[in-house]
Amino acid sequence: MGMVDSTIHTMTCFTDAPLELESGATLRDITLAYQTHGALNEAKDNVVLVCHPLTGTAHVAGLSDPNNPKSAGWWDQVIGSGKAINTDTHFVICINSLGSCKGSTGPCDINPDTQKPFGLEFPVITIGDMVRAQKAVLDHLGIQQIKMVIGGSMGGMQALEWVCMFPDMVRSCVPIAATGQVSPQTIAFDAVGRQAIRGDSDFHDGRYQEHNTTPHHGLGLARMIGHITYLSESSMSQKFGRKLQEKNDLSYGMDQDFQIESYLQYQGDKFVSRFDANSYLYLTKAVSYFDLPKKYGSLEKAFSPSNARFLVISISSDWLYTPEQSKIVARQLMRLNKEVTYVDVDTHYGHDAFLIDNPDLFRLINVFLESL
Amino acid sequence: MSITQNIIIDCVPEGSRVLDLGCGDGSLLQRLIEEKRVTGYGVDNQFSNIQHCVARGLSVYQGNLNEGLQEFRPHSFDIVILSFTLQEVMDPVYLLKEMLRVGKQVIVTFPNFGFWQIRLQYLLSGNTPKSNSLPYEWYNTPNIRVLTIQDFKDLCKEESIQIQKELPLFNAPFLRKFFPKRLTNLFSQKGVFLLTK
Repeated sequence: MGMVDSTIHTMTCFTDAPLELESGATLRDITLAYQTHGALNEAKDNVVLVCHPLTGTAHVAGLSDPNNPKSAGWWDQVIGSGKAINTDTHFVICINSLGSCKGSTGPCDINPDTQKPFGLEFPVITIGDMVRAQKAVLDHLGIQQIKMVIGGSMGGMQALEWVCMFPDMVRSCVPIAATGQVSPQTIAFDAVGRQAIRGDSDFHDGRYQEHNTTPHHGLGLARMIGHITYLSESSMSQKFGRKLQEKNDLSYGMDQDFQIESYLQYQGDKFVSRFDANSYLYLTKAVSYFDLPKKYGSLEKAFSPSNARFLVISISSDWLYTPEQSKIVARQLMRLNKEVTYVDVDTHYGHDAFLIDNPDLFRLINVFLESL
Repeated sequence: MSITQNIIIDCVPEGSRVLDLGCGDGSLLQRLIEEKRVTGYGVDNQFSNIQHCVARGLSVYQGNLNEGLQEFRPHSFDIVILSFTLQEVMDPVYLLKEMLRVGKQVIVTFPNFGFWQIRLQYLLSGNTPKSNSLPYEWYNTPNIRVLTIQDFKDLCKEESIQIQKELPLFNAPFLRKFFPKRLTNLFSQKGVFLLTK
């Protein structure tokens, strides 16, 4: 045992036949980056598919740099030997989303037709398209059954979409802080974020790579707006209050005064160095389009074919994907007599609470997985 | 508690579809699944209870009781159970009517504040009574509705709710069978009723 292997694998698929996207467009020669932990058992029935949130990566657990504890995967607290999702007994897969910029094909990659970065020529993708791409990785690994598909936020939407698209493959589904239909409020925030990016003079209509620049300001702004929605009023009050940043008094000028301002600025700046602006546009667009009732006729029709066990989890202080939205999913499943448990995790951290160390939540996931 | 569970389980037909309101840690629902092969859901508002239920492999909804009911169509369940929760509910009449709407039959159990020991405690000590099953002080009790078996019967009459069976709660089975029903208000610690609309 000892060191956890956190290698990122890649595979190329849709080389013979392109992926037919929900928009009607097609995309071929798709590269997908993924990480696995634990071992696939002989029956191939111990698979846990973890779907990452909006700007996550395939690096879900383990250290990418063995000497740096800060290089842990984004859900390292949950996944590993003896952890909530125990890799001694489960085979965990996490795949970077189609359209992202963390190893899987996205708008910053080279368009084979033009030999230039796709930019805005990249086709618009949906949550369903992402799931279809994930399915290609599972096919590649020879996996036909998923013991549990789990994810938070956009990952939760993918988990729900998995059940609707491939009902025979999924034995259990755990959407966290997600929804079956993205609300106008969430669309609004994402729209403002996209406007911030597209309005940046360095955006160059998405061709910023060819101008050797990036829309720093716009992307940072988009992230700052997003970050506000990931927190809650109470978490901001507790963490920052009205405390001043490296100041004893107000500046009575337009410079930053408050800690919350500099925190958001820091989050924005940090994000710009690690994420692609076009990817941000495409991923938020996919989220905005997510609407199971529209795609399947109704939520009832979407879930009807599934025999999965569901654990629907909301975060009490989440105002981006509210508990009420999770309840709508849970209640519809109850009306259909599905095996479903709905839980509201009581925490003031807001939407992002599932990424923060939360023993109650992690234990619940563990108990559910072990009861399957 | 297990005696009450036994009595409830006896009332539930094999293979019923059950809704257990205020299901707690899920022990009753699990026994119903194992002993009567029922299907259905529990509803409870405490996270720790939900965790226990999930460990048992049960399907449960975390929420208040009215919320757990509103989505269901009439007669979605064969049996709706409200076990030792009625006394904690803000609007018991509304809840009973909702239960009778979504369930063909309803089982209600509650602590009987007309029990002779409770009456005696009131009379002799002058303090609000406490017991093993009701260990709370007046200022921290979740039991906001203090009712007796007689009160419950009166309510059923007023609201035209049919009492199919009253099941007095005694440890000895012969007492359960032969005890005169009109005396349960004085001698039974708990009320157990099977209701229909």
